[in-house]
Amino acid sequence: MFRTTLKAFAVLGSLVAFAPAPASAAGGEEIHIPDTRFSFDGIFGTYDRASAQRGFQIYKEVCANCHAMHLLSYRNLRALGLTEAQVAAIASTVQIQDGPNDEGQMFERPGRPSDRFRSPFANPQAARAANNGALPPDLSVIAKARAGGADYLYALLTGYGDPPPGVTVMEGMNYNRYFPGHQIAMAAPLNEGQVEFSDGTPSTLENMARDVSTFLQWAAEPELEERRAMGIKIILFLTVLAGLAYAVKRKIWADVH
Amino acid sequence: MAASGGASASEGTPRRDFLNLVTASFAAVGVGAVAWPFIASMQPARDVLALASTDVDLAPIAAGQAITVMWRGKPIFVRSRTPEEIQAARAVPLSELKDPATDQSRIQRDPWLIVIGICTHLGCVPLGQKPTDPRGDYGGWFCPCHGSHYDTSGRIRKGPAPLNLAVPPYAFTSDTKIRIG
Amino acid sequence: MASGLHNSDIPNPVLRWIDQRMPVFTMMQKEYGSFPTPRNFNYFWNFGALAMVNLVIMIATGVFLAMHYTPHTSMAFDSVERIMRDVNYGWLLRYVHANGASMFFIVVYIHIWRGMYYGSYKAPRELLWMLGVAIFLLMMATAFMGYVLPWGQMSFWGATVITNLFSAFPVVGEWIVQLLWGGFSVDNPTLNRFFALHYLLPFVIVGVVFLHVVALHITGSNNPLGIEPKGPQDTLPFHPYYTAKDSFGLVIYFIVFAAIVFFAPNYLGHPDNYIPANPLVTPAHIVPEWYFLPFYAILRAVPDKLGGVLMMFGSILVWFVLPWLDRSPVRSMRFRPIARIAFLLWTAAFLVLLYCGGKPAEEPYVTISRLATAYYFAYFLVILPLLARLEKPLPLPESIARAVLGGGPLPGGAAAKPMEKA
Repeated sequence: MFRTTLKAFAVLGSLVAFAPAPASAAGGEEIHIPDTRFSFDGIFGTYDRASAQRGFQIYKEVCANCHAMHLLSYRNLRALGLTEAQVAAIASTVQIQDGPNDEGQMFERPGRPSDRFRSPFANPQAARAANNGALPPDLSVIAKARAGGADYLYALLTGYGDPPPGVTVMEGMNYNRYFPGHQIAMAAPLNEGQVEFSDGTPSTLENMARDVSTFLQWAAEPELEERRAMGIKIILFLTVLAGLAYAVKRKIWADVH
Repeated sequence: MAASGGASASEGTPRRDFLNLVTASFAAVGVGAVAWPFIASMQPARDVLALASTDVDLAPIAAGQAITVMWRGKPIFVRSRTPEEIQAARAVPLSELKDPATDQSRIQRDPWLIVIGICTHLGCVPLGQKPTDPRGDYGGWFCPCHGSHYDTSGRIRKGPAPLNLAVPPYAFTSDTKIRIG
Repeated sequence: MASGLHNSDIPNPVLRWIDQRMPVFTMMQKEYGSFPTPRNFNYFWNFGALAMVNLVIMIATGVFLAMHYTPHTSMAFDSVERIMRDVNYGWLLRYVHANGASMFFIVVYIHIWRGMYYGSYKAPRELLWMLGVAIFLLMMATAFMGYVLPWGQMSFWGATVITNLFSAFPVVGEWIVQLLWGGFSVDNPTLNRFFALHYLLPFVIVGVVFLHVVALHITGSNNPLGIEPKGPQDTLPFHPYYTAKDSFGLVIYFIVFAAIVFFAPNYLGHPDNYIPANPLVTPAHIVPEWYFLPFYAILRAVPDKLGGVLMMFGSILVWFVLPWLDRSPVRSMRFRPIARIAFLLWTAAFLVLLYCGGKPAEEPYVTISRLATAYYFAYFLVILPLLARLEKPLPLPESIARAVLGGGPLPGGAAAKPMEKA
C-alpha cells in the first residue's frame, strides 16, 4: 500500500545517505586491504596494553628516527599502563630544546613528562633533505588519516616484497602491495629480530607490525575506550527512556484513536 | 516534557501518574548528565595541568636581590634576603600579624624566600622586586592597587589584603636550583 | 486589573505577575499548549521539532568548542586535536558537533522531503516554505565554513574549490573570490573570517527559524491528507498529544545520534581531513561532505564552468518558486497517483546524484549524473506544471476526522472541491 512503500523508500533513502563517501584513488586500481584482527575491534574492543607498549618501543627505536608524533606528550604514555617513574625516565632520555634563557640563547635540557614527543627533524624541509626528498608523515593521527586505519598500517608494514614481473620500481623507491601506486619511498622499516622486547615476545615481522599498529591506533584515538564505554551506557539509558516515552505517548493518545 | 500533562491530568489514573513521573525523572537525569561535559570542558585541560613545573637557577641572585619567574601563568617572587631582612622577619611577634605564620614556616632554606607575587586582596602584582620600587612600610612589597604592605617574609601587615603572599610548592633540586610545582 | 496590563489567566501568581507585563507564558500556552494541530500527523511531522533541537545542540557544542579553538593556519589543526586529547570531554563535544552537522542535514532533508510529498509548500504556506529554503541555504553556508575550520586537507581544498565557484561569474568573479579570500589564495585571512561567520550564521538561522515558526502558526500545519481542518473534531491541542509524540521521536533520534557519535564518529568524515592542510598538494580524490554530494554531482554533470555553477545554485533556488510551479489544487501526493510516482522518481534521482557525487568524475558516473540532473530539473520545470493541468486526482476525504476515525473517502462525490480556500 501507499504507506508501506513510502516507509520502505524512506528507510532506503536513509541507508543510501549513510553510505560513506568511497575513498577510491581516482584513476588507480582498487587495492583491497585485508582485515586484521585487533584487540580494539568491535564495540567492546579495548587496547591491548602490552601490545601498545611494545608498539611504543618499536616507534621509539625504529620509526622515531624519521617520523615525528608532535601531538603526543610523554605524559600520555601513562594511559598505556606505564608508571609515572617510567614515563619520567623515558622523557629524560631525550634532549628538548627550550629557551630562550636570560642570555637570550636557546638551550637543551632533559625532557619532562609534559613535553611533546621530540621530532627527529627541525622542520619539514630538513626532513625532506634527509630522506631523498620524501617527507615522512607525522604519525600522531595516522590511523585516522588513512582509509582502513590500523588494518592499512598493518598491511603496509607487512606488504613489502619483490615487484611482480613486468613492474619496474623507480630509483630510491620500494615495492609495496598495499601502498597506493605500489611505490613507496620508505624502505621496509621492520625486520625480524630488530627489536628486543623485555616481555619475551618474539620480534617477528607480524608481531611488530601488529604492535606498532595498535600503538598508532591508540595514539590517534586515545579516547576510544572511554567513548565506547560511555556510549554503551548512554544507549542503554536512551533505550529505556524510549520505552517510557512510547508508553506515555500511547497512554495520552489512547482516548483519541 | 510529556510529564507536565496539564490538559490530561483530570482523568489521570495512578498508573499513568507513576509512568509520567518515572519518564520525567529519567528525562531530568538525562538533561543533568548532558550539562556536565559542558561544564567540565571549561576546567583546566590536561595539558594545562601538566605544565606545572618551572626550574629556576638561584646562583646569579645576589643577597638583597630578587627575580621574578613565571609559573602557571603567575609571577613567582624569588628573593635572596639579607641577614637584616631575615632578622626583621623573625623578630615580629605572631600577635602583631593579621595572618599569623612564622618566617621559618614559609621558607625551606635561608636566605631564599619564594612566594607567589599576587596580592591576596584582588590579584594585582605588588611592587618591591626592583631596587627602585617602593617596598612599603615593612620592607617587603607594596601593592599599588589598594595599598597593601607586606613584610620581608611576604606576610600582610597593613592594608586590605586578608592573607600573606602564598608560598608555591617547590623543592631544591641542588644547592643552587629549585623546581617550582 | 490595572489598565494597560495583559489579561492573564496563568494560575501561578509569580508567573502571572510577569505574564501581565510581558505575556510570554500566554503566548507559550497558545502556541505550544492549546495550539490546534491536525490529529492525523504521522512520524514525518516529528522532523521539524528534531531540527529545532539539533540547532540548539549545534549552537551549544559550538560555543564550547570555540572556547578552545584557535583560528590560525599554523595552530587550527593542532588546536582541534588538543580538544580531542586534552580538553575534558573535548572529544565528545567535537564528535557531537561534527556528526551533529550530518544529523542536522539528515533531519532537514527528511523535513523538506515531507514538505514536498505532502504539498506543504502550497498556498497558503508559500512564505513558510520559502523561509525554510532560506534556512537550508544558511545551513549549507554554515556547514561549509565549519568544515574548513579543522584546517585539514579536505578543509583547505574544499574551501579552495567552493570559493573558486564564484570565479565562474563574468567580470565580477575574480573580485568576489578575492573578497572571500582576503588574499590571493585560501589562507589565514580566509580561515579567520570563516570562523567569525561560522559563529555568526547559526544565530541568523535562529532568527529565520523564528520567522518560520511565526509563519507556521498563522497558517497552521499541513497534514498527511493535505486538507484543512474544518473544526475542533479535526484537531488536537499540541500539548500533550504532540509534545508526547515529539518526545518519543526525539529519544529515537538521540539513539541514532549516539550510535554514530560513540561507535562510528569518523564514518561520515573523510580520512584526508586528518592530514594537515598543505597548499602544495591536492588529495587524489576530493569530495565534499556527504550532504553536499547531490549538488556537487550537478556541478560536475555540466561540462561548462559557469553553466555548472548556475545549475548547482539553480537546483536549490528552484525550490523557492516551487509553490508556483506546482499549481495542482491537491496537496498530498496520496491523492495524486501520477505526481506521486514522478516525485518518488525525483527522490531516486536525488539519491543517485548523492551517490555519483562521491564517485570519481569518470564514466559511467558522469552520464548517470547528467540523466539524473536532467530529471531533477524536468520534475520541477516540466512535469509538475503539466500534471497540474492533466492529472485527475483521487477523491479527497471529506474531513480529517472522517478519514482518521474510519470514515474514509466518501464514495463518488464530494471529491470535486479539493482545496477549501485559495
